[in-house]
Amino acid sequence: MTAITHRYEFVYLFDVTNGNPNGDPDAGNLPRLDPETNCGLVTDVSLKRKIRNYVTLDKDSAPGFAIYMQEKAVLNNQHKRAYEALEIKPEDKKLPKDEAKARAITAWMCANFFDVRTFGAVMTTGINAGQVRGPVQLAFATSIEPVLPLEIAITRMAVTTEKEAEAQSGDNRTMGRKHILPYGLYRAHGFVSAKLAERTGFSDDDLQLLWNALINMFEHDRSAARGEMAARKLIVFEHESAMGNAPAHVLFDAVKIQRTEGTQDRPARSFADYRVNVDAKAMPKGVSVRELL
Amino acid sequence: MSYGIRLHVWGDRACFTRPEMKVERVSYDVITPSAARGILEAIHWKPAIRWIVDRIHVLKPIRFESIRRNEVGSKLSPGNVSKAMKAGTTAGLVAYVDNDRQQRAATILRDVAYVIEAHFEFTDAVGPDESVGKHLDIFNRRARKGQYFHAPCLGVREFPAHFSLIEDGQPLPEAHPERDADKDLGWMLHDIDFTQDMTPRFFRAQLKGGVIEVPPWQSTEVSA
Repeated sequence: MTAITHRYEFVYLFDVTNGNPNGDPDAGNLPRLDPETNCGLVTDVSLKRKIRNYVTLDKDSAPGFAIYMQEKAVLNNQHKRAYEALEIKPEDKKLPKDEAKARAITAWMCANFFDVRTFGAVMTTGINAGQVRGPVQLAFATSIEPVLPLEIAITRMAVTTEKEAEAQSGDNRTMGRKHILPYGLYRAHGFVSAKLAERTGFSDDDLQLLWNALINMFEHDRSAARGEMAARKLIVFEHESAMGNAPAHVLFDAVKIQRTEGTQDRPARSFADYRVNVDAKAMPKGVSVRELL
Repeated sequence: MSYGIRLHVWGDRACFTRPEMKVERVSYDVITPSAARGILEAIHWKPAIRWIVDRIHVLKPIRFESIRRNEVGSKLSPGNVSKAMKAGTTAGLVAYVDNDRQQRAATILRDVAYVIEAHFEFTDAVGPDESVGKHLDIFNRRARKGQYFHAPCLGVREFPAHFSLIEDGQPLPEAHPERDADKDLGWMLHDIDFTQDMTPRFFRAQLKGGVIEVPPWQSTEVSA
């Protein structure tokens, strides 16, 4: 597998309708908010989790595309058995002092695990050889405009324990809470370094898989909490050289998102209320822009 | 102060974690010399040179925000990898996130902007054909064009750093009117001494007129 030879940046737009894109554990699972602006937030790790899950589904643990950081939901029983059989505490907390061996371990992990190759992984304490810095870096996604979280009360026609049933003399109801956003359009920025890709062997095929994951990951992440989430735009900037040809912030600034005419005086409720402009003329020399979605 | 560079860096969020508060991360008030060096190295570095941060200008008011995320508590174990390599299969070599879930809060900085003033010195690894001008040119050329080796970040990789070069003779960017100009920031990490088995070394950071003077690495003001 040859590594990619271009630097990339990307702007990724996704939206949520009547759902919670990313709950805040500090606020009773309310959608995350930026307290200063009331804009919604989705953390980088939340998006990475979805990318990992998509790759698991798409590649089904094909050689070279295993995912190291697994969620229980995609548990494969054979793996589980092997995992338990192999659960032995290594005595040495550090990578072997022998650098060649350390390199071999790192290389093997990169070759076999998509997420290690893409996002990197920490394999040890202290010695740098055991830390893989992945080429792909995602920043927090923020919503374009302030969002309004709603708290919806729901009822369940059943109770969990006998005791509750007795207390309600057979009425058997429980109340629950659900937090949703009526609508939110989120924007995330990402970076792909060709130079770090050289070290982990992140290839063009991997990059294609990453784009596919971004485009399709919400299709396989449906749940009661999420509501309707959809990837709306994926705008990729490709630099001619590995080091890049323009500052990242200049490229990101070329993507402008505005409200469509006549909708400015009401809250946005669908993607049609926004207009995305990519100023292709503002592209510096040596940078090409593509809309993959 | 010959061969110096000045780099303007800014971003929405930053987390320069205090070493004494690493579990529930709390950021220092400002960028550490160590993190500033990391940004410079992301743009240009070779084993022949060592970046030395001289001065840090703080252009924006110091503001914090808290965020809590799910994290994984364990690291990848090389021992298990060796076993899997011998067995020739990845079966069983995965970490189940749910078994090892930790929720950690981070107190991070919001909306930061700095100017890093730095220069570089040669290390023992310098070859015969190295020249100061060469590395200086490479750095300036890359910073001017926005090129980098990997995307520089503000403390942690999820907070990318935007940067632009301040050319010789160009004035510094406007500072925010409400920025903290004078403040004793207490003891702050200077950098980590990799020659002495990763010993952190600290210095007393004083913000004076919006500028932190970073004492030289070998001076008596820097202690482990």
